[in-house]
Amino acid sequence: MSAVAPPLVEAPFATALVELGRRRDDVVVLSADLSRYTDVLPFAEEFPRRFVQCGMAEANMMGIAGGLAKTGFLPIAVTYGVFATRRAYDQLAMALATGPSRGIVVAFLPGITTPFRATHQAIDDLALMRALPGMTVVDPADATELTAAVVFAEAQPGPVYLRGLRGAVPRLLDEADGLPTREVRSGAGAALISTGLGTQWALEAAALVDAAVLHVPVLKPIDAVAVAAFCRRYETVTTVENHSTVGGLGTAVSEVVASGGLGTRVHALGVPDAWAPAGSLQHIRAELGLDAESIARRAA
Amino acid sequence: MTAGAQVTSTLEQRAHAIRRTVLRMCRGRGQGYAGQGLSLADLMAVLYFDELRDHDHVVLSTGHSAIAVFAALHEQGVYELEELETYGMDGSRIEESPLEGTPGFEITGGSLGQGLSQAVGMALGERIKGSDGRVYCIVSDGELQEGQVWEAAMAASHHGLDNLVLLVDNNRIQADGDTAAVMGVEPIPAKLVAFGFAARRVDPHSIPELRAAFEEARSTAGRPSALVCETVPGRGVPSFEASQRVHYVRAPREVWDRALEELDRGEQARR
Repeated sequence: MSAVAPPLVEAPFATALVELGRRRDDVVVLSADLSRYTDVLPFAEEFPRRFVQCGMAEANMMGIAGGLAKTGFLPIAVTYGVFATRRAYDQLAMALATGPSRGIVVAFLPGITTPFRATHQAIDDLALMRALPGMTVVDPADATELTAAVVFAEAQPGPVYLRGLRGAVPRLLDEADGLPTREVRSGAGAALISTGLGTQWALEAAALVDAAVLHVPVLKPIDAVAVAAFCRRYETVTTVENHSTVGGLGTAVSEVVASGGLGTRVHALGVPDAWAPAGSLQHIRAELGLDAESIARRAA
Repeated sequence: MTAGAQVTSTLEQRAHAIRRTVLRMCRGRGQGYAGQGLSLADLMAVLYFDELRDHDHVVLSTGHSAIAVFAALHEQGVYELEELETYGMDGSRIEESPLEGTPGFEITGGSLGQGLSQAVGMALGERIKGSDGRVYCIVSDGELQEGQVWEAAMAASHHGLDNLVLLVDNNRIQADGDTAAVMGVEPIPAKLVAFGFAARRVDPHSIPELRAAFEEARSTAGRPSALVCETVPGRGVPSFEASQRVHYVRAPREVWDRALEELDRGEQARR
């Protein structure tokens, strides 16, 4: 990766949502008092009849989304990751994931992208969502993938949990068909496997030690073939994720490696089994050993 | 006989048939939610055979009361009695608390306190479509202890959902005992009125009173309606009504046979 900062895309989720709303008149978007903070406002302004303000009540929002699904709509419930999962886990499961009807949940402030600690940092959401039967779990790396993820989620037959990135989002990856698990950088210095924002961090680290990076945007169902093919090439792979090391990408890769009998050692980097500290993203990354230099050192 | 009296008599016969089916369903395995099935039979008769149109929805939040819905759906020809008699048995699709997708069940109820939120979503959905579809949501009094019910009630009135009717099965018992002793929920109508509903108590074992209440709900504009149904658990089987623990009944076949006889005697007396 060059030292030049990647281009930024302004509010890619907002744009993707409005485009989806123009294309499909059965899309309804729900917010729990966070429409201004989750890039939902442009949709709400263009399609006021298809925007449902639920107030500060996420459990109820998941239920309302389920009811809309049962009357023929595609509901997209948008809030912060902590509130979508910990706060409303049973409601999300019962209303949106027992089928045959379905919905999409978009969860902002993934991982350590907020200065508030345990209250707002969704460091366990991927683990919780991976555990739900039939749930598709997506952690986009950049603006390209966030846009593609909206189209991907719309086309799935079952429920989808999608991590959102708000405001100006960097564009790192080229467009591709769907959301492929793909080697986004080749290199001989180390082997990194990453997802979501972790892929941005992995690419920064990879530039320092010439590492290969396999990016996994869809954590469930994981592309076990692609992950296994990559792991077979190495004695050790290092996973990098914006999430707890319990139950997320590191666990998913370990499952692929162990069930395939590959013998590759999986070194999982992310938020350790503890609440992350408060502060800026830069500060938290440094504290957790997730800054570029630390990842490069720990992976090499 | 007046036209109204004729309708009442027909619906009472329907309710009797639903009660018979409830008892036969429980007799199959020797256990089941007989109390709820019997107490909701009159409401089911009016709802399914007088009130509902094709594009209306029934949302059963109290999943454990599915027995009453199954029995009503048998009257509609959705389920055969032979299959309903496998209620609760291993491998049967006639589950004690079914999931979404079981014919006649639009949502996954049973994780209590969640149905009204989905009913709000359906009522909004019908409104967005420009349809006059109505939504009838059944909850129990015990469920009102779940905070989500009140989130949903707030949303129903905030969005002015006059196509939504909340039916509270106020049976006054829950898993750990009398609702009043476990966690009091009264006064239910006053609480719902405070949340913006048109709410009133009804005798759900009076067909004319139920029909009048549904008609009133239909003519209420701008806000949701709630009927707080003062149900008698085990209604229609005197020995069950007299029992303290009729919520869920486990009993040998002869108890169910006797209950059916009691039920039929009551129906003959009514006629």
